[in-house]
Amino acid sequence: MILSALFFYLFASICVASAFMVIAARNPVHSVLYLILAFVNAAGLFLLLGAEFLAMILVVVYVGAVAVLFLFVVMMLDVDFAELRQGFLQYLPIGGLVGIVFLAEILLVVGAWNIGPGIPNLVAAPIPASVTNTEAIGLVLYTRYLYFFQAAGLVLLVAMVGAIVLTLRHKENVKRQVIANQIARSKATAIEIRNVRPGQGLQG
Amino acid sequence: MTYQLPPLLPALPELILAAGAMVLLMLGAFRGEKSTPLVNCLAIILLVIAALVVAWMPGDKLSTFGGSFVVDDFARFLKILSFAGSAAAILMSLTFLAAEKQQKFEFAILILLATTGMGMMISAADLIALYLGLELMSLSLYVVAASNRDSLRSTEAGLKYFVLGGLSSGMLLYGASLIYGTTGTVSFSGIAQASTQGGLGLVFGLVFLFAGFCFKVSAVPFHMWTPDVYEGAPTPVTAFFAAAPKVAGIAMFVRATVTAFPGIVTEWQQIVVFVSIASMALGAFAAIGQRNIKRLMAYSSIGHMGFALVGLAAATTGDLRAQAVQGVLVYIAIYLTMTLGVFACILSMRRPKGMVEEISDLAGLARTKPAMAFLLAMLLFSMAGIPPLAGFFAKFYVFLAAIKAGLFTLAVIGVVTSVIGAYYYLLIVKVMYFDEPAPAFAPMPNEQVAVLAVTGIFNVLFFLYPAPLLDAATLAAKSLF
Repeated sequence: MILSALFFYLFASICVASAFMVIAARNPVHSVLYLILAFVNAAGLFLLLGAEFLAMILVVVYVGAVAVLFLFVVMMLDVDFAELRQGFLQYLPIGGLVGIVFLAEILLVVGAWNIGPGIPNLVAAPIPASVTNTEAIGLVLYTRYLYFFQAAGLVLLVAMVGAIVLTLRHKENVKRQVIANQIARSKATAIEIRNVRPGQGLQG
Repeated sequence: MTYQLPPLLPALPELILAAGAMVLLMLGAFRGEKSTPLVNCLAIILLVIAALVVAWMPGDKLSTFGGSFVVDDFARFLKILSFAGSAAAILMSLTFLAAEKQQKFEFAILILLATTGMGMMISAADLIALYLGLELMSLSLYVVAASNRDSLRSTEAGLKYFVLGGLSSGMLLYGASLIYGTTGTVSFSGIAQASTQGGLGLVFGLVFLFAGFCFKVSAVPFHMWTPDVYEGAPTPVTAFFAAAPKVAGIAMFVRATVTAFPGIVTEWQQIVVFVSIASMALGAFAAIGQRNIKRLMAYSSIGHMGFALVGLAAATTGDLRAQAVQGVLVYIAIYLTMTLGVFACILSMRRPKGMVEEISDLAGLARTKPAMAFLLAMLLFSMAGIPPLAGFFAKFYVFLAAIKAGLFTLAVIGVVTSVIGAYYYLLIVKVMYFDEPAPAFAPMPNEQVAVLAVTGIFNVLFFLYPAPLLDAATLAAKSLF
């Protein structure tokens, strides 16, 4: 029990600290690396909750795919982050004040947090005792939560359509490969027989 | 283990829109840009069919997908409004986009998908369904805001809207997670049960949830994006933004507030009263100095959202609740017609050199185009709330509800701001009727004439036969309680 509490505080504090470093780091590549650290620690928190599947998905999808993609984009784009950051200090006092007030409020709320009696029993889809958590997700994701699954799919479709609408440009005068035309070429159109004299090229 | 597919009938309109949008996407992808007129036409037909299906749908209250998706009279009323608003927006965009060479078949498809999201928001009976519908709608809106990608202002509008919208979604999600943390459930009925015990965490979550809601309906203090986005986005997109998404936003605001938080009425009432006063005041004062009519409409819509929220602030206890919600519904329905009518005029402000957007360009419209000037003047009078036009009744019902609920200060401030707001509406009328004529506009496209005629005549003659709208709104409001 103490061990898991220790690990909870370890993961949670590293997660928060690295999340802070994501926005505080000067070098954008370091920001992405801190983001990865935050993801890995969040995965650790999932593990402590007994949700191994979500933990692994987080590592595989977010760290393995999304964050690496971020890294590529950050390295490819020539963004001057120092310039973007210029107004940062100017707004720091008021931003910091709002942040401190907000932190105090959150502490107030979390300090007075009491989970009502019977609320832990309200779980909408309890995990059956005999199955692993991966199987439990599989049991509800495409059945009980079909609607949410499909709706999330629609959101992704819009994201895809939107990315194409906003970025795809049809360029003029670009030679495109048309396989049908390539295959349909006959010997007459594809080959030209020239008689090349020794010592002279094809010029003239 | 066998599995029974949940009944799909309640979600049929959304299914039609989503499946239709995908078919049209295929059509556009295979036939290229030349299919744009066909796609636009089919999109309007799909929206009309979906609205008819909503109207035809039997039964009092249908619910499916484990109670996440509810169709009651409230949902029917607002879905028909928002589908009609989207259809009108596509209709009004046809000539503009063709003339500006911004035609893209994806435009109508994104509006269809956004409308699907609106339907999901209106029917959402738990926080996850609400968030997914909201995100589907917002994401499509970000893209259409930036759809004129060669214009710096349009892309700036899209990017600004996207960043601020992402922030507000984050706040909404944080609020939802706090609410889930204190109540142990995401369904509105479950939260209502748990909310009778109150709790600081719940109130805290509510504040964040409201921050997200206020952003989506552009109520003060989360309105900053509205003027820039309305001004920067292509005008048909602005017309769309001002109409259907507002209906869905108000629907989500009302349903979530009255069905999920009846236990902490005093807490949310304070917030709604503040938001509504601030929105009405900002809408009245900030619009005065505007020269660009799209920016003016942005401030006007902020003000109108404030007025609609007056009704929600009164929806606290007993029989009063149904009456107050009825006020909100009547308000939003009339707001939709006024906005669409005014934008039909704005979209007709075309000179040979291109579109114009300044209020001074309307000078002397009464002499160059008397019919358009008359209907626009009537719509502006209606927006100002001058009897006997429809806008007066809209304000009348929300203020009546506020007075019955004992919110006298709110009602008085509302009336005062509406008088101040009348100044800038009347200023436009003055420019149209008494200033030296500017060069005439190009002839008005037929679609705009149709939208303007329908909405203008509705607003002028509403007082003769208000019963159908009022009865429908009453039924819709009662179905919530």
